[in-house]
Formats: sequence, C-alpha cells, structure tokens
Amino acid sequence: MSAITDASTARTRALFDGREWTLSDLEYIDDAVREIGVGELGLDVYRNRIEIITSEQMLDAYASLGLPHMYRHWSFGKRFARQETLYRKGLSSLALEMIVNSNPAVCYLMEENNATAQATVLAHAAMGHNHFFKTNHAFRDWTDADTILDYAEFVRNYVARCEEEYGVEAVEHTLDAAHALQNHGVDRIAPRQRHTVEDERRRLAERRRYRRETEHELWRVVARPVNEEPAADPDHEAEDRALALPEENLLFFLEKQSPALKRWQRELLRIVRTLSTYFEPQRQTKMMNEGCACWCHYTIMHRLREKGLLSDGAMLEFLHLHSSVVAQPSFDHPRAQGINPYALGFAITRDIERMCTDPTPEDRDWFPEIAGNGQPLETLKRAWSDFRDESFVRQYLSPRVIRDFRLFRLDDDPGEDALVVGAIHDERGYRRVRHALAAQYDPAEYRPRIEVTGADLRGNRQLRLRHAVRRGRTLDALEARRTLRHLATLWGYAVVLEEVDDDTGATVATHRNDAT
Amino acid sequence: MDTIVDRRQHPKGKNLGNRQRFVQRARAHIRHAIRENLKRRGITDSESGETISIPRDDLHEPEFVQDARTGRREHVLPGNREFVEGDRIARRSGGGRAGSEGSPEGEGADAFTFELSRDEFLDIFFEDLELPDMIKGRVAAETAAVRERAGFTTDGPPVRMNLERTMRNSMARRVAMGRPTIRAVVELERELARLRAGEIEPPDGRDPADRIAEIETLLARAADRRRRVPFIDPIDLRYNHYERRPKPVTQAVMFCLMDVSASMDENMKDLAKRFFMLLHMFLARRYERVEVVFIRHTQHAQEVDEDTFFHDPQTGGTIVSSAFEEMLRVVDERYAVDDWNLYLAQASDGDDWREDIPRCIAILSERVLPICQYAAYVEVARDGGGPDDPLDASSSELWKAYGGLAESHARFARRRIARPGDIYPVFRDLFHKGAVET
Repeated sequence: MSAITDASTARTRALFDGREWTLSDLEYIDDAVREIGVGELGLDVYRNRIEIITSEQMLDAYASLGLPHMYRHWSFGKRFARQETLYRKGLSSLALEMIVNSNPAVCYLMEENNATAQATVLAHAAMGHNHFFKTNHAFRDWTDADTILDYAEFVRNYVARCEEEYGVEAVEHTLDAAHALQNHGVDRIAPRQRHTVEDERRRLAERRRYRRETEHELWRVVARPVNEEPAADPDHEAEDRALALPEENLLFFLEKQSPALKRWQRELLRIVRTLSTYFEPQRQTKMMNEGCACWCHYTIMHRLREKGLLSDGAMLEFLHLHSSVVAQPSFDHPRAQGINPYALGFAITRDIERMCTDPTPEDRDWFPEIAGNGQPLETLKRAWSDFRDESFVRQYLSPRVIRDFRLFRLDDDPGEDALVVGAIHDERGYRRVRHALAAQYDPAEYRPRIEVTGADLRGNRQLRLRHAVRRGRTLDALEARRTLRHLATLWGYAVVLEEVDDDTGATVATHRNDAT
Repeated sequence: MDTIVDRRQHPKGKNLGNRQRFVQRARAHIRHAIRENLKRRGITDSESGETISIPRDDLHEPEFVQDARTGRREHVLPGNREFVEGDRIARRSGGGRAGSEGSPEGEGADAFTFELSRDEFLDIFFEDLELPDMIKGRVAAETAAVRERAGFTTDGPPVRMNLERTMRNSMARRVAMGRPTIRAVVELERELARLRAGEIEPPDGRDPADRIAEIETLLARAADRRRRVPFIDPIDLRYNHYERRPKPVTQAVMFCLMDVSASMDENMKDLAKRFFMLLHMFLARRYERVEVVFIRHTQHAQEVDEDTFFHDPQTGGTIVSSAFEEMLRVVDERYAVDDWNLYLAQASDGDDWREDIPRCIAILSERVLPICQYAAYVEVARDGGGPDDPLDASSSELWKAYGGLAESHARFARRRIARPGDIYPVFRDLFHKGAVET
C-alpha cells in the first residue's frame, strides 16, 4: 500500500480522531488540505477566511444569497421562512458549506459537520470552488472578487439610508419592480464598461462646457454632407440611436432612460443590476463548478488517505458522503429532479482525467487533442478556466459518460400527441444527446430574449418591448402581465410587449400595461 | 495562509429585518389565517407559535418566464433502460406535459406555509388593541425601586472597586511619570551579572568597569523612581456606582370568575373559556408576569385550579356576591394591591338571586372596582339576543343592574356573547384604542 511508502512525510499522525474536532484540528486539517491542493495539484486560490457558523447562521446566509451583507427586503425574509420551515420539518438538509466568490474567499463551515465532513468541505470549497472562482473566465470577466464584500456593505447601507429618507414602502416598491427584471439586467455577451448616473452627468456637463468654449462662427457656414438615403422616419431612427436601441439589458435601459425615476431609484436599479451580474457566472457554471469542487475533494481526500492521514473509519465516512453527493437518480425515480449537477460535473471531470492518462480507441477518435496527452491536471485546469456549462458539455461530454448516465433525449412538441425519444446512448445518438444537453445549459435557450425596441419619447412615451419567440415558446401570459406591471411603474408610462416569432416574423401575442 | 474564525458566538438572526418586512407584507393574509386557526385552538396552546398557510399571490415575485406548455423543446434525462430511438411515450394524463405545472391562472391553490413565532402571532392577533390610556397611566405610576449601574465614582466600598478602570488609570499614570518597568530592571540586572562574570563585553567596546558603574547608577535611579511612583495610587481608584431607580410594576393577576350553577351548560362554559383565554394572552403580552386565579361560584364561591374550573360538573344555586368576597379574600392573602395590577373577568349567564343583586353592586363599586385596573363582565347568552342590545327582552337582572355601574365607572364594561364568533369582536371592542369611555 502506498500509505506505507508515503509515511515518511512530516505529518504522520491521522488528521483527527473520531467525529469531534477543535479549532486547532481544523487548522491542522486545513494545512494538510492546502499542502495537497496548492502544493501538489497547483491550484490557484484566493486566501480563505474560514468561518465556523451554526445552522441558524447558515439559514441567514442562505437568505442573503451567501453574501455576508445584504440589503433588507421582504423577499429574503420569505426565502428564509421557507427554508426554515423545510429545515425544521426535516424536508431538506442544509448545505455543509457555502463559499463566497470574494477575495479573501469567505468559506462558511457548519458546526454540526463532523471532522470528516469538515475535511471534505475544506477540500471541496476552500480549494475546488475557490480555484474555480479565481481562474474561470466567466468569473474573471463578470465579477470583481476584490471589491464585492465592500460593495455589498455599501449597498446595505445605501438601501438603509434610502429607507430612512424616502420611506420603507417606496424603496420596497422600487426593489420589487427591479427584482422582477433582474434576469434582464445582465449584459449577455460581455460586460461593458458602464458608467454610473453620476459619471454620465459629469461627462455631459464636460461636453457642454467644451462645446461652449470651442464654438466658432466659421462652423456655421461649412456645407454639411447631404444625407443620401433619408430614412423612413428620421426622427424615430435618431431617437433609437440616441437610446442605443434595441437594448436587451432592461434594467440598464430603465436606469439611464426612464423619465419617471428619481436619482436614488436609478441607483437602486443599478444595485440590483450589479448584483445580478455578480451572480450570473454562478448560474452559468453551476455544473462545472461543482464538478471541479467534487474532483478536488475526491482527489485530495484520496491523497490524504495515501499519506496515512485519514483513518479507515474516516475514509469510509467520506466515501459515503461523497457517493450521496454525486448520486444520480434516474428519470423515473420518485426523487428525480433531472440531472444532478454534482454528479454530471464530477463524471465529466473524472472522464477527462481518465482520457488523458488511459484513453480507449473511442476516446482517440472523439478527443484526439487530449486523449493520451498524459497531462490530466493541465487539461483540467484549461477546461475549468475557459468554459462555461454549455460549452463544457459541447466540448467534453464523451460517449462514455453518456453511456454511464444512460442519457436520452425526449422530444416534446405540443403538436404531437405523444413524446418521442429523439436519441439514446448509441452511435447515432451521442452527438444529438450532447447537443441537446448543451442547449439545456445555455441561458439563451431557457431565458426569454426580451429587448426594448422603442420609447417614443416625443409622443406618448409608450415603451415598446419585443420578445423573440424561438421554437414557438411564448411567455407565460399571467407572469408576463404581472412583470409588465412592475416594468410600467419603473417607466412611468404605458408599456407594450409584443411576442414576435423568430422564424416567421409574425406577432403571436401582445401584452400591455397602461400605467396610471 | 488561511484564517479560521469562530463565528458561532456572533449574533444570529441577521434576517430579523427581512422577516419583519415579510410578515408586514403578508399581514392581511396572516390575520385572516389566524382568525381561522383560533377556532381550533385550546387554552393550553395559547403559548405556542402558529403554522400559517397563506395564498401566494401577494408574496409572489413575478418574472418573464417561458410558458412550459408552448413551443417545441427537448429534454435530456438520465437513466434510460428500455427506450430506443423513435419510441413514443404517451403524455401523462391530465393534459400536462413533462415539466408543466399549474393551472392556467398560474398559482392555483398553491399556498406558502411557514412558521410564525408566538410574538409575531400575538402582535398581529392583538393589532391595534391597547390597554385603555387611563389605566396605563396608573400602571406607570405604580413603581418598585431597582438598582441600576450609574457610572463610576472615586470613592466607595472595596467590593465595588472596578479593576479595569483602576488599572487603566494606574498604567496611564505610570507611563506618564516614567516609572521603570520591572522587565527593564531585570534586564539591567541580568546584563550586570553577566558583565561581572565576564561573559559579555559592552557592545560599544568600552571598558566593562565603566558599563558596570553606569548600570549600577541606572539601577539605583530606577529603584528610587519605582519607590516614589507607586504601582497603584489612591487617585487611580475607581468604583462602580449604582443608583436606585423606580421601575413600573409589570406583573398582573387576572381573576376569572364564573358562574357554574345549573343554568350554565357546557357550551356556555366553553364560550367563557375562550374569552378568558384571549384576556390571558393579551395580558401576558403587556406584563412580565401574569397569574391567573380561577374562582367559581354557585351559592358558595371557591378558588380552584384551571381543570376543575372548566370541567368539574359540580353545580348548585347562584349567589354572585360570594365570588367577589372570595376574590377579595385572595387579594388580601396573596396579591398586595401596591405590587400587582388586578384584572377581573366575570362570566355568567346573568342569573342571580334577586336579594343578592344590590349586594353585588355595592361590593363591586365600593371594594372591587377601586382596586382593579379593569373589570369586564361577559354575559353568555343562551341563544339569539344580539350582543349589546339593551332593549332585548331576554336581558337578565344582573345585566340591567350592571348597566348603571358601567355608566358611572370607566373601568367597568359589560358585553354579551352568544356565539364563538362574537368573542373576538367583543374582545376587540373592549380593548380597541380609544374605545373605553373616560
């Protein structure tokens, strides 16, 4: 056994004994985990701030979306009440840990965890998630780990100040409306460098000053080029250009252009938009992120065992914990909830590792660029840094994993009277299953694409929106009407949402809200 | 390097603000749910919280979502066993398709369930009910003294010496006066010993004898300084100071008087019980401590425990004044009027021996009402006879007699209850802000 050969390392006693742990045990465990994670695997992590908390505090953290500070809003209270009820009735257990994408990374451990669980979650979150946060391109592009904790604190104080000044109800009203649109407050393609209302004001003032100072008689008599192709409605077009339409970031548009909002309300919209952007990468990389973390805890715990730092009991306990985390119930299981992101993420990650070191001929066919390259760690790190769930599946889901999970595609067409199995785990089906699964992780697929197309600022200021209906998927009408009500309060005038079929260009539905 | 912080001792309940906002928003629904729940409650669980289910509508957070019932889509699912490509699977009955849920109206009967703590429950339950203003004035006037911290003094008994403050002053003085620390002295002594033993040389290459002489002077000066600047000086001393402050009495005793004569049936007793329960819950919110005394009466009155009070089948004739006598006896014995706020709730079907009525009025107005914060008479009507109908032919002798009393005494009120549904309105009516005539 390798446990014997490795026994010469500095650490020789087991990390802990039994279930109980003390703070010094935790330090010892954390050092050993870090030694493997950073020292051997070369993970690139932020410094960790590990906080031991109680289950009540974990519920608090749940409700505030994991950030240590959050502004006050009833919906967080609702989330808390819900979670608390489920927890007290034993219907759902709490996560063993939670980690905040910040620098230093705040990593919550529950006091109820036994020593094995603490070691596992340290390897899982403090190493795995942390590495992912720091290196994945989505997180690098969209979030700023250095400032988020300060920002969250600023936000909480700002909202509290607004409540003092303008009343709890007015603030709640604005936040309700902003929350309804928070999924439409993220720049999809790449986060643009955008300015605050205050910046913009300053910039415009500067430009006016410059114009005034540099105005010259001569310019008035210079001939202007004639517009060769006058547009159908030049006024409208100019307006659209000025408003930068069409605009898919609804919160951004309202923040900048709404005629009805006060300055503090614009700032609130900006806050909701900023936080929504901050959380966006977590939504888009959930499966990979968990896969990375599970691979890390799996690998690190096995290394600890090899070094003789885990007892037999602890190892068995770990394996039990691990297998319940990565369990995948099949589609007809009573507790089936679709694909378990932990399970799939872990399986693909392990599969990449396997293909690098021990490829089959099939792997060489499918993944010539990585099969047998002998560099599993480098390959994984590249995958973790350069992809998100959708592209990760498209790139790395192998026939082997499709077979192991026995994945199949079920086609659902409302025109048909039955569901049709479109593809299964066979030669004909691999690519189709993979394609469909990748689409399932694509936010462009599951989120409706809604754009502002016109604002008619010279006329009745009616705001026009368009939902691009793909593959006949229209909006839930009731939800759309309710959301429009919120939108109308932010815009201050009537709002119309047209659903236009992407293929035919026909309008399939229209929702409107005439603001009072 | 990672840092490990133990935050278990830090305050939890960071969500209190969010929760209050949530409860505030759900208030109307919660109030309704509570009234429904009240019908099922017994007096025994008036201490516990509530599980409240409310419709989701107002608490719903809408957003633009795709309608799961429209459009073509593909689902990838795990765990295929027997399907092959092209298999057709009938949709689940009920017209729903995989992943679709809810009625066309969206929410349907879906309810949001959560736990309400006892305080939250009672807050909403007794919303805008108050103890009458006049009575609150008296409550505040009744005081007992309590010892509270009131800063620090320079003089006091040794047991009250505040070590932290004293040492702080001492240290500041020692630093300011340049008292050499013991460590500096020890270091000099050590250096001196080693110089004498020839173990070390002075670092600047001087003659060791010079350095020895220098250190000896320094030590002598230090010893002198330490003698003249004491470690603790009387001016350093600080003592905790306490003051006696008056504090309002926050304990109350509630007297439940009930007629258990033959004319009171189980139904009527149950109505009375519900009223007592409400009053108890209400008082329990206002006072730190509430005691309940149960006095039942037939032609004799007797103090009994709760169970006997409500369930003992003993019956007899009716002499109401005996209950007041018993109450006064208990007050004399256990509840000094200066220390306790007294509340009286009397429930009866209104029957009394004719000769006894004037006695009741006399004892109430002269002896009972002056010591009570508030007294309520609840007449449990058998049937019909809307509450508070003075012209009702079925009005009892006692009801009529109490009428005059209610007019002359602001702290006395009478109400009639015929159905369980009356209790809560009557109770609200009694204690509604500004409802009590002054």
